[in-house]
Amino acid sequence: MASMSRNPPLLVPPIRPHLVLPEADPPPVVHFDSVAMRYGTAPETLSDITFSLAPGSFHFITGPSGAGKSSLLKLIYLAHRASGGNVELFGQDVSMIAPRQMPFLRRRIGVVFQDVRLLDHLSVFDNAALPLRLAQRKTSSYRNDVAELLAWVGLGDRMHALPAKLSGGEKQRLAIARAVVGQPDILLADEPTGNVDHPMALKILRLFVELNRLGTTVLIATHDDKLMSHASRPVLRLDAGRISEGVA
Amino acid sequence: MILNVQRWKPGPLLPAPDARDGALVFVVAVLCFLSVLAAIGALAAGRAAQGWSQVLSATATVLVRPRGDQTSDAAATAAAAALSGAPGVSLARALPSEEAAALLTPWIGKQALPADLPLPRLVAVDLSKDQPATKAILVEALRKAAVDGEVDDHSLWIADVERSADLARWAAGGIAALVALAAAAVTLLATRAALAARREIVEVLHLSGARPGMIASLFQRRFGLMGAGAGLFGGTAGAMIALAARLAGGTDGLTPVLPVAWTDALVALVAPLPVGLVAAIAARLAALDLLRRMDGT
Repeated sequence: MASMSRNPPLLVPPIRPHLVLPEADPPPVVHFDSVAMRYGTAPETLSDITFSLAPGSFHFITGPSGAGKSSLLKLIYLAHRASGGNVELFGQDVSMIAPRQMPFLRRRIGVVFQDVRLLDHLSVFDNAALPLRLAQRKTSSYRNDVAELLAWVGLGDRMHALPAKLSGGEKQRLAIARAVVGQPDILLADEPTGNVDHPMALKILRLFVELNRLGTTVLIATHDDKLMSHASRPVLRLDAGRISEGVA
Repeated sequence: MILNVQRWKPGPLLPAPDARDGALVFVVAVLCFLSVLAAIGALAAGRAAQGWSQVLSATATVLVRPRGDQTSDAAATAAAAALSGAPGVSLARALPSEEAAALLTPWIGKQALPADLPLPRLVAVDLSKDQPATKAILVEALRKAAVDGEVDDHSLWIADVERSADLARWAAGGIAALVALAAAAVTLLATRAALAARREIVEVLHLSGARPGMIASLFQRRFGLMGAGAGLFGGTAGAMIALAARLAGGTDGLTPVLPVAWTDALVALVAPLPVGLVAAIAARLAALDLLRRMDGT
């Protein structure tokens, strides 16, 4: 993260439509082909989902509560398996990946969970550094980068604090820092502005936009219309587990 | 407080043990305590069996019957003399009438025996430790000396005592094994419960790219150390009971029936190892199982 600007630009870069890729392009970061998903023996939560996300793209996924937004993200961040169809990440069929390779694949995916899921017993700094630590990187190789990243998300003076001492917005920004500290190829965020006011939501959006500008593919699940309209990015709309809009 | 980044040391990935872990330590420690007590009981039972067998097999008793006009005293003296020279006998001694009468005390009490009560004349024979005389040797020695007597080498008693002691030893050993198994099962269940309670942490580590082996190692180390600590507490408490029993029992142990030795307390030193191992293995298996279920494999 050393290459990140301390003062990211606040302007939203031009829209880059990536829903349909020319054949010569590199493989999509995410490709779903007729994907279905269910929890246990319950009815399908997702049905016949087909879409692709090109490298460096920025998309929103929206829909009413229960439409399957979080479930779709779970399939991408490998917390759940598809019950039908084919899921490809970075050009690899997920169902064919050996279990021992899964951690390496997960390190290419940054996730901001809907419920944040910070580790309450760890400091802000420890939480942010977690993915690098789990990748068994040497402490000396990343501590300055983590400090810089925390300063970038506005937590430079809270590095010693425990998550319980943070405000809702600070927790979200810490969750984002943790998600991007490993420089993932794709960043997934599940309702990242659900618990913050609109000004804070815009700040968070700016972080995502800046990360996208640096090359990270971004997919945000939200039903915050103001946020989506502010960003002016392509939107996938889910209704009752099916994509109803946004796929060419 | 401002963090000095250059001096930053990563914090522990697992939160500090809490009340749930304390309950696990307590339950495992209690089971370990019972297990150690049962194991010490098994050791003592074995020692008692060995002691009783040794005492019985090192002696024999000869019931002397006078012949013709021979007096009882003369017959007993002749028998003792004949047996003293037999191979495998270290000492043969004719019991005085008073000693023979004393043997009847448990059955008829301490009051004076009727003067006309015929008392058997006995010869007590101590056998050599290295090569004790067999019953046949003793019978042959009596025959050569023309003494009429019946040799009791205690073989009937020895068999009974050994059978009873074996039973006691196996029972104590079985109880020790059962309690140890119960401790293992409780450890396994408690470990799974503790892990399930920390599912969210496991999930965050898992989805952040930690290898399953790394996550399992965290829990393996945590619960292994907790198990070993519980084993140490329980084992030490069991050892203290054993030492108290030894102290109260003097040189013969708690009672002659269950002789406890000082060295029995060493069982407690062994306890932390198996308990810690069981807990560590249980935690590792439970963590890997949880991760497999998270992956849906």
